[in-house]
Amino acid sequence: MLLAACGSDSGDSGSGGGGGGDTIKVGVLHSLSGTMAISEVSVKDAELLAIEELNAEGGVLGKKIEPVVEDGASDWPTFAEKAQKLISQDKVAATFGGWTSASRKAMLPVFERNKALLYYPVQYEGLEASPYIFYSGATTNQQIIPALEYLKTEKKAKSLYLVGSDYVFPRTANKEIKAWAAANGVKVLGEEYAPLGSTEFSTIVNKVKAANPDAVFNTLNGDSNVAFFKQLEGAGLPATKLPVVSVSIAEDEVRGIGASKVEGQIVAWNYYQTTPGAANEKFVAAYKKKYGAKRVTDDPIEAAYLQVKLWAAAVEKAGSTDVEKVKAASKGLTYDAPEGKVTIDGDNQHIYKTARIGVIQPDGLIKTVWESKGPIKPDPFLKTYPWAKGL
Amino acid sequence: MSALLATVRRRVVGPREELPARIAFAIVAFLLIVVAPSMLSDFRLGLLAKYLVFAIVAVGIALAWGRGGMLVLGQGLFFGLGGYAMAMHLQLAEAPDGQPPAFMTLTGAEHVPGIWGPFESTAFTLAMVVLLPMLAATLLGLLVFRSRVRGPYFAILTQALAAAFVIFLVGQQQFSGGTNGLTVMTFFGLDLADPDDKRTLYLIVVAVLALVFLIGRQLVRSRYGRLLVAVRDAEDRVRFLGYDPTLVKVVAFAASAGMAGLAGALFVPVVGIISPASLGIVPSIEMVIWVAVGGRLSLAGAIAGAVLVNYAKTELSEQLPSAWLYGQGLLFVVVVAFAPRGIAGIGEWLRENRGRLRRGRDATPAAATTVEEGA
Repeated sequence: MLLAACGSDSGDSGSGGGGGGDTIKVGVLHSLSGTMAISEVSVKDAELLAIEELNAEGGVLGKKIEPVVEDGASDWPTFAEKAQKLISQDKVAATFGGWTSASRKAMLPVFERNKALLYYPVQYEGLEASPYIFYSGATTNQQIIPALEYLKTEKKAKSLYLVGSDYVFPRTANKEIKAWAAANGVKVLGEEYAPLGSTEFSTIVNKVKAANPDAVFNTLNGDSNVAFFKQLEGAGLPATKLPVVSVSIAEDEVRGIGASKVEGQIVAWNYYQTTPGAANEKFVAAYKKKYGAKRVTDDPIEAAYLQVKLWAAAVEKAGSTDVEKVKAASKGLTYDAPEGKVTIDGDNQHIYKTARIGVIQPDGLIKTVWESKGPIKPDPFLKTYPWAKGL
Repeated sequence: MSALLATVRRRVVGPREELPARIAFAIVAFLLIVVAPSMLSDFRLGLLAKYLVFAIVAVGIALAWGRGGMLVLGQGLFFGLGGYAMAMHLQLAEAPDGQPPAFMTLTGAEHVPGIWGPFESTAFTLAMVVLLPMLAATLLGLLVFRSRVRGPYFAILTQALAAAFVIFLVGQQQFSGGTNGLTVMTFFGLDLADPDDKRTLYLIVVAVLALVFLIGRQLVRSRYGRLLVAVRDAEDRVRFLGYDPTLVKVVAFAASAGMAGLAGALFVPVVGIISPASLGIVPSIEMVIWVAVGGRLSLAGAIAGAVLVNYAKTELSEQLPSAWLYGQGLLFVVVVAFAPRGIAGIGEWLRENRGRLRRGRDATPAAATTVEEGA
């Protein structure tokens, strides 16, 4: 048996050279199985849509783009392994992939080691700027800080309660929120973490109720939100009494949770399906046409779509898929994305994005109630914020 | 003269009935040491190294479960203890002078957590990789085997511990790296990005697997191995004969834990990252599945199972990224339904039924062989 395994395993040695033919291979690496699949499958779909559109227009550099799809299986070592496979076996020109920070952190050394490119489409906790990663989602100062400013100025919140899932993003985000709060005269009345996937929130809800904050900042992930909002409502704290700002609930999650349970709650992103503009109308129509009218678009889906287009634009500009040339061509590159005009920041390879605060509607879509004056310059290390010193 | 020749022959080749096993061992060793590194690409060789790391865990499970009847559903715990011990050491060794280890930039902690301190030492780490899991298994074993916890109760207990360990690691982010786990770039001077160094690492894995296999085989064939099978089949009778079944079981359980720990420690440089996602309930069950597919009664079968299942997993997930889990599930169903003793069991079944197959169905079945031979 060992023999058979080794024998067939050796079959594909010496293969490769995927970029040499009539096509340019790119990697698409998301969790298609496991707990994260519910979010990541939609993101993969958006990337495949963007590739299909590019190919319909003739591809890049006159060659068709050939996606190589791999399953990260919601398991971080698998992400690292598949990333290595895409780079060394398939010789992809770039990889679009990841969702959780953990998967990105697992892939980061692989891409840096091989000097290969990763495009990462999800908002995250900041404090990172790898020379081989393009971050097409928001960093903290484009999502969390605008949300806090909104709570302070528009909702007149003087006290906050922090609730999150127990992993890296919520813990790091809450550290930043506490530093901001201390500098802005806002009290943080408590900080609670639930294990990922937890559905038991009576203790946390009771603590929130006892503390009586002006607002809750919610970094819970996935299914936990269903239970949390249900129990919050059960405790007599609907959206009208206690506003909850969530940074991990977008249209796709609302679809899973059920709009009735989160109606009226506040979310913070850079894009909603309802964002006005011709580019977005075209994008939403194309996505629904390909995947069904019931499907919705949201921020990570849009970021996944736009990052493929940004990569293609950079390749065209560079006249090559060579990593260093693509990086150089990407500096200051702009693209009319569904969310509006986006620009790549040459220093940290993040993207200028407009912050948008939205309210969840009964139909599951999100209405923008506030937006920043134009795109915000990405600042992953919060260098321009005095209160963030020492984070 | 002929007496001398006979002695030499016995020493080198062993008794006649062992000849096939030894030849098979030599062939597999040749394939792994000479053929694979020259035939496989760097990436595929890295994957094979990972399968062989898993095979080390499988040998331990075949020992505890196949031989000892202890269904160990929580090997992720021991795998993780070994893995985290190694990852802590490697991160400390990689950190530039005066700088904290890499994961701490994320949590923002200023000082290296106290528990990391001793892992600065190479000798301490190498010892802990094996001793820590063995110690944990010994304590647990003494506690539960003494109070005669066995069967499903023992299986559930081990599983609960693996789950608790994952919750602990995720919660204690400030020293464990939380869900992100710990990433490493070097292994005792080997650069994990360098193809030649990766080949060296692969050969280290092969050597450790060979060593673990030989130790396991020795245990199985010794008087102790017979006692272990006796405890599995009739624990009370063994007790009446004056042996202490608790100790017999603890030794096998601790040995399987030590092997899992060793595998965890090698998994870290081979894969480059260890995180709670590799240790929880699902990965722990998968480990048992490898052994079930390979054949729990045979150490070689367990190794083959670990390599085959993981190879199938890679191949299926590359061919059918959206549907590979169904293929894998089908594989398990087929094996369990048609070859309940695993792949190794197919060979045994053929041997047992050779006579019947040849003479037709009316003949008396061959005497049922006790499934005893280990390798």
